[in-house]
Amino acid sequence: MTTTVLEPAIHGDRVSLLRVLGPAHVWALGVGIVLVGEFTGWNFSADKGGALAALIVCWIVGLLYTSVAMIDSEVTSTVAAAGGQYAQAKHIVGPLMAFNVALFLVFAYTMLEVSDAILLGDTIVAKAGVEGLTHNSFIAATIVVLAWLNYRGVLMTLNVNFVITAIAYISIVILFFSVSPWTQGAVLKLNELVTPGNALPYGWIGVIAAFQFGIWYYLGIEGTTQAAEEVRSPARSLPYGTMAGMITLLIAAAMTWYVCASLMPWEYLGITYYPLWDAGKLTGSPLLENLLFIATLLAALASANGCINDAARAWFSLGRDRYLPSWFSAVHPKYRTPYRSILFLLPIALAFAFIADLNQAITFSILSGVLQYTFMSINIMMFRKKWPLGTIRRGYTHPFHPLPAIVLFCLCVVTFFAIFLGFGSQLIAMTIFYFLISLWFHFYRYKFVRRGDQFTMPWPKPQGY
Amino acid sequence: MWISLSYACWGISIVLALWMLYDWFKVDTTYAEDVLTSSREGELEAVSEKHRI
Repeated sequence: MTTTVLEPAIHGDRVSLLRVLGPAHVWALGVGIVLVGEFTGWNFSADKGGALAALIVCWIVGLLYTSVAMIDSEVTSTVAAAGGQYAQAKHIVGPLMAFNVALFLVFAYTMLEVSDAILLGDTIVAKAGVEGLTHNSFIAATIVVLAWLNYRGVLMTLNVNFVITAIAYISIVILFFSVSPWTQGAVLKLNELVTPGNALPYGWIGVIAAFQFGIWYYLGIEGTTQAAEEVRSPARSLPYGTMAGMITLLIAAAMTWYVCASLMPWEYLGITYYPLWDAGKLTGSPLLENLLFIATLLAALASANGCINDAARAWFSLGRDRYLPSWFSAVHPKYRTPYRSILFLLPIALAFAFIADLNQAITFSILSGVLQYTFMSINIMMFRKKWPLGTIRRGYTHPFHPLPAIVLFCLCVVTFFAIFLGFGSQLIAMTIFYFLISLWFHFYRYKFVRRGDQFTMPWPKPQGY
Repeated sequence: MWISLSYACWGISIVLALWMLYDWFKVDTTYAEDVLTSSREGELEAVSEKHRI
């Protein structure tokens, strides 16, 4: 049994991140990052395995992410620090794992931000249909304006994210109810488009291959933990915001698949970059078409906005523990944001957005994400073993342990196999990169770390020590 | 209209990037490095919450 005594926090002359966020902001951060995946990305799973495969992975990957959300909520409600999974890894596994996890986070979010900006630019160019118009100016504006917003303060950043994410989400709901989902044949033609003959055109290996893009239904929901140091009540807000976000996304994913698979043949659905916008066009309603066009832009903006927030916090945390130069750990004295980390990552995102193509950026993001989820399944097992229930205060305790961890680990293995089928060389290149950077950290960088200062949670010694 | 919007995007990007660079310079020259990098992880938890098992 634990009790918590609240006393005024004393800061002295220290400049810290500002604790101003509530559960709605946590929801806006998580769902904001993810929702773009409904507007593009998930549908490529139909190309890998057919329309039914896209639905099967929607459910199975939904299980993976429900495990992620439950595990993350428990650990984060205890390790409430910026850096999220990085801070968790540092306290539970060790410094080398933490360094790698922080890099997974920065890569996953920066590459996702790049993908969002490219998507937004391409969507505007496709809508305009003007010869000579390129996406570069729209990409630059997306990344710079959102970096500026993040620079100016976390409260406004996530207030904006809440509004634009809500609009994008409501547009999916409006589309769903506009096509009379309770009646087949009027607008929707699921029974004609998905038949026993074409439901799984490549059999079950197609379903496995579809995992690679099925990740897009929910990729990034774990980003809620990066707000841990800026929410007023981490133990309450983070589990609430994360679980509410996951429920919201499961509903959105199901509605999106149902409408799109009922309007487009899988051969087209699997290659289009704009499944929901195309669904809006296919209804024949200009209002729905324009609504879904705007919603696609807003979803991309919300995702990029959340990604800048999260990547900067992970980078900032590395600097604060001297895993990278402490120069990166500066907090803006007026806006209370990690301004140097935001500015450092800005040109990197711009460079990738101008030179990388969308598929490469998406693959790097997914790979880093899945590496992170694999770590989370091991992390929770170690957490429960070292600090069993009752030894430290938990804001949330996830049920059925160790089942979610086992499910998560198994699904990550399947997803790695799926990625290997489609992007084997990138998978090997990234593994080599993380191996080499780990050697650099172990043999060179770690000597700069103040070893006693990095473990900050007021916990008892772990069992067995 | 789209071409004009494209130019407007470049303009906004340049203005905001310059503003951030100016503010960065101003902050770094106004405040001591020790103050700017004084944030500590878990500080609030350590100060405000006491765990009784």
